[in-house]
Amino acid sequence: MVPYQRGRRSFVKLSMSKRVSRTAGPSPFDLHVSHQCKTPADGNGRNEEAHLAAEIEDPNRRDVLVLAANAFAAVGAASLIWPFVQQMNPDAGAKALASTEIDLTPVKEGQAITVMWRGKPVFIRNRTKDEVAAAAKTPVTELPDPEVDAKRVKAGKENWLVMVGICTHLGCVPKGQTMADSKGDFGGWFCPCHGSHYDTSGRIRKGPAPRNLEVPPYEFVSDTKIKIG
Amino acid sequence: MSNHVSTYNPQSRFAKWFDERLPIMRLVHDSFVDFPTPRNLNYLWTFGGILSFCLVAQILTGVMLAMHYQPSAEGAFNSIEHIRRDVNFGWMIRNFHAVGASMFFVAVYIHIFRGLYYGSYKAPREILWILGVLIFLAMMATAFMGYALPWGQMSFWGVTVITNLFSSLDGIIPGFGTAIVEWLWGGYSVSGTTLNRFFSLHYLLPFVITGLVILHVWALHVAGQNNPTGIELQHKSDSVPMAPYAVMKDAVGMFAFLIVFAWFVFFLPDYLGHADNYIEANPLVTPPHIVPEWYFLPFYAILRAIPSKLGGVIAMFGSILVLFFVSWLDTSRVRSTKYRPIYRWFFWLFLFSCLALGYLGAKPAEGVYVFWARVFTAYYFAHFLIVMPIVGLIETPSKMPRSITESVLGPGGGGAGTPAGAAAAPEKR
Ligand code: HEM
Ligand code: FES
Repeated sequence: MVPYQRGRRSFVKLSMSKRVSRTAGPSPFDLHVSHQCKTPADGNGRNEEAHLAAEIEDPNRRDVLVLAANAFAAVGAASLIWPFVQQMNPDAGAKALASTEIDLTPVKEGQAITVMWRGKPVFIRNRTKDEVAAAAKTPVTELPDPEVDAKRVKAGKENWLVMVGICTHLGCVPKGQTMADSKGDFGGWFCPCHGSHYDTSGRIRKGPAPRNLEVPPYEFVSDTKIKIG
Repeated sequence: MSNHVSTYNPQSRFAKWFDERLPIMRLVHDSFVDFPTPRNLNYLWTFGGILSFCLVAQILTGVMLAMHYQPSAEGAFNSIEHIRRDVNFGWMIRNFHAVGASMFFVAVYIHIFRGLYYGSYKAPREILWILGVLIFLAMMATAFMGYALPWGQMSFWGVTVITNLFSSLDGIIPGFGTAIVEWLWGGYSVSGTTLNRFFSLHYLLPFVITGLVILHVWALHVAGQNNPTGIELQHKSDSVPMAPYAVMKDAVGMFAFLIVFAWFVFFLPDYLGHADNYIEANPLVTPPHIVPEWYFLPFYAILRAIPSKLGGVIAMFGSILVLFFVSWLDTSRVRSTKYRPIYRWFFWLFLFSCLALGYLGAKPAEGVYVFWARVFTAYYFAHFLIVMPIVGLIETPSKMPRSITESVLGPGGGGAGTPAGAAAAPEKR
């Protein structure tokens, strides 16, 4: 039986500490043990056994107590980990900023704007007919992260491309929003940090980035207004 | 060493009274005054003391900077300018701290390569070495978070790129990497919240390092110092008492180091940093060329050498983790590379690879730079995983002196020779 074995082992320890503490003066162990054992144990075999029987029970009970106390302390400490870890996650304020409305009327065909959403830049491009056509006819099989253009825009609003302007490699802001910017080999965006090229649908075509530029959750609240988040 | 009998002899009645209650003076005496030090240590052994100095200096100057610094996205950049221009001697304290970080890494790299050359990681010094690698890791974390604090463009984009490394874990469990990154940021992008927690941790970690250093020195004093021959102390004539011999040598090394330190602080304070960090952080504009501080460049080169995002991250962390295992990867019976005719060449090749990776890390990741970064990354790992185990088995070490004393005084001088000064020192050891 396991508890019995454990009890025996700690009994050995106890009696040792008893012997040591006898020379060093009374200790809590000493007091506790000696009230259980009324006859001196040394030298006499039968007394030794009685002594054992008397003591085994006691350390056993102590083992349970120690185990329970340790388990209690461990669970208590572990339950604190959750709030201590959780406090570092985005707080209520950061979550509250989670949606924003944008008026698209000033953005003419071929133009782009950058807005902030959750502290990140969001690219909104009013794509030209050519750009939309180029994005639509690219064979999906050629893409590192295959996705059709139609999945990345809203039906009937194919000219509007809305994406988080953060390179999916290591988080730089790609170039391509202004007229003077390099738009990369595929006419979309180019990330100068480690050379990722995105096409006119914001899909990764060349370079180390693993995924297409992310399309945030958004909807048209009116014909010329969108709500991101 | 552990079996070394205490020779502390309190001189006054108060010292004796105190020693019976708190034997701290005895500890200091036995650990740093009468500690047996190999008589053949060269100047590479002065960097341990120099590193202790650096740690204390960073903590002192850091505490002073923290009295004037504001850890917020709005205030941080301006508070650094305030320190540089308005605070009395703020420019100097700030330069001490910023240059001090670089000098700390100069010293730690010399210290690490010293250990690699003389086999100081071999038994019985494995734990000592592992504690050293932990200190190195903690130093890197501290310096990375410290560099975020001025909240310039390099601060911001350095934090962005490095924290984003964890998003590569999305490749293993989708969503897991992103969750970790947002947890680190405390938001959906790097922000003032991130800066604030980095300041808290930047203040904390140096004290963790201090604790690790204490364990490191403790482990050192159990095993005793290694020395250029890699032979253990055998006779009394092999060692000299730490004070004044090693202490004086340490002082000479320290002053040479401080001259270089002061040169940078007073004449080239911004030479080691990047000019873009004097432009305030702007989350909408990425600088054309993001580079970390010079001391991270070799690891940055390894990161970019691997064409896959997750693979690059694994290689970069692996390049440090492999250091934990060198005690077991090196199969040679001989410690010091001085007596290893084949390994010696590989050692210098390894040092060259690290320097080359440092150079490549500062170059754009394109064309021929990527090619060479891959070559040297491959050698970096091959050195530990192939060269160390194999060369140790096949190599015949060259002839070694029989003892430290013999290595200093030549054959025949062994045993009898005692350095003139040491003879005058108390002989009770
Ligand atoms: C292991 C020791 C330390 C290292 C390696 C270290 C490293 C750094 C680095 C690299 C910077 C950026 C310097 C710059 O480019 O401006 C920095 C800034 C800073 N550190 Fe530390 N640091 C250490 C200890 C401390 C401690 C103990 C404190 C505070 C108690 C502290 C407080 C600061 C403050 C307030 C700044 C911002 C001011 C500035 O950028 O000059 N540092 N640290
Ligand atoms: S962050 Fe854009 S290519 Fe690396």
